[in-house]
Amino acid sequence: MSATTLPGLRSREAAARPVGRRRRLGLGKPIRFGSAIGPVLLLAIWSIGSATGWIDQRVLSAPWTVVTTAGELIADGRLQSNLWTSAQRALIGLALGIVLGVVLALISGLSRLGEAVLDGPIQIKRAIPSLALLPLLILWLGIGESMKIVTILLGVFIPIYIHTHNGLRTIDSRYVELAQTVGLSQWEFIRRVVLPGALPGFLLGLRFAVTGAWLSLVVVEQINSTSGIGYMMELARTYGQTDIIIVGLVVYGALGLISDAVVRLIQRRALSWRRTLAS
Amino acid sequence: MAPNASLVSTVQVRELVRRYDDRAVLDGLDLDIAPGEFVALLGKSGSGKSTLLRALAGLDYDVEGSGELAVPENVSVVFQDSRLLPWARVLDNVVLGLSGADDRGLRSLDEVGLAGREQAWPNELSGGEQQRVALARSLVREPELLLADEPFGALDALTRLKMHVLLRKLCAAHQPAVLLVTHDVDEAIVLADRVIVLDTGRIVAEETISLPAPRSAADPGFAAVRSRLLDALGVSV
Ligand SMILES: Nc1ncnc2c1ncn2[C@@H]1O[C@H](COP(=O)(O)OP(=O)(O)O)[C@@H](O)[C@H]1O
Ligand SMILES: [Mg+2]
Repeated sequence: MSATTLPGLRSREAAARPVGRRRRLGLGKPIRFGSAIGPVLLLAIWSIGSATGWIDQRVLSAPWTVVTTAGELIADGRLQSNLWTSAQRALIGLALGIVLGVVLALISGLSRLGEAVLDGPIQIKRAIPSLALLPLLILWLGIGESMKIVTILLGVFIPIYIHTHNGLRTIDSRYVELAQTVGLSQWEFIRRVVLPGALPGFLLGLRFAVTGAWLSLVVVEQINSTSGIGYMMELARTYGQTDIIIVGLVVYGALGLISDAVVRLIQRRALSWRRTLAS
Repeated sequence: MAPNASLVSTVQVRELVRRYDDRAVLDGLDLDIAPGEFVALLGKSGSGKSTLLRALAGLDYDVEGSGELAVPENVSVVFQDSRLLPWARVLDNVVLGLSGADDRGLRSLDEVGLAGREQAWPNELSGGEQQRVALARSLVREPELLLADEPFGALDALTRLKMHVLLRKLCAAHQPAVLLVTHDVDEAIVLADRVIVLDTGRIVAEETISLPAPRSAADPGFAAVRSRLLDALGVSV
């Protein structure tokens, strides 16, 4: 609005505007299917690039080739069986890693002795990337399923442990006082105050853990595997089949997206008491 | 209605000393509170009001000190912040630590005017409503002693007046002995049977309030009490 606007005009303009509506701070309304916009855009660029010949078929197969190949892989059952193998590895590793991380976090988060014994070694482990342990794990466990699952587990339990432990140890001291004044027992205190208070930390750890699980999966499946999505992609590499490699990538990507969406759904459900900027 | 000085006090404090870093915040303090008596505690900021309350609530673990302290078994505390667990629904907050007390909890919520809100999250309530839940949480335990540290300090003036009415009603119904810390002289006079002033670690002034209800600041008796209390607080009027 310029300073030269006449007073009369200005007041009429003000009256025409709905009163008392002001832009809300924060992120505004959620966009419907907002998380799909980016991927769809990427897909569009890829399609146009392939159709115009701007993307070389040997470097990157066209989306429709990938779809046809995926159809063939599904028809002869290779995709499903490899996917099932991969999913099993990831889920078993994830589940065991979550249990291990939570148990260790509880022991070290709820007792001084537990912390003294456990926290140091875990922090040391944290400093070593799980994948760097691979040579040792192969020597110990061979190249079979147990090595793969243990590698995934090692990548998973660290973020679960770190964030759950942090959640347990940063319970607001005001709630501790409250628990004392209402006379909670040690167990009730843990159940009513400490565990729910640590839940946001655990769920944050879970998101990192899921990402970590897929990452480890990709790596272990490309080492001497005879099954799994990673193996399927390795095999395709030796024959120069970019379409199959891309099908594998798409599957990995879809798995990552789906699992992250599941964790976020769990987060929303479990933390419905929270009102944050994003909700 | 100031209760008669009864033989058995609900609270008995003798020669209470509490120190932080060799500085005595409470320095030989004596205090008695009769059963059902409503005592308001005034004092400058930093005079040790919260320290005294925490001593009575048994929350002063690491504080150095001495003295005798007799408080009942069943003590409830209302803090300045409502201190509701954000992850527990209103009713679960009220009956926190009690088992099979849901019916009592519901009645207690009804008493503070929050019937029907038992399944709400604390975050969904206004500040005044949250503080009413905190009151319900205290009173559902039928305490012999209610300790409140500036419970209305964070509320707006209008909500505060409503809370005064509510608190008086609740105290009349449940008859706990009350020690209410406040920095508001009018609030103290309106609510209490007796107002005490804490300074240099001791009770330095005491006023028994026998004004008829409803107490109004327009009452000349009110003004007289108030100016004596302000004097004791070192505020010249
Ligand atoms: N944990 C503590 N450590 C050191 N000093 C403290 C602590 N708590 C309170 N004090 C000091 O004790 C004095 C009394 O505090 P407090 O009882 O909170 O005063 P009030 O509630 O009357 O404002 C203040 O000078 C304060 O700085
Ligand atoms: Mg204080």
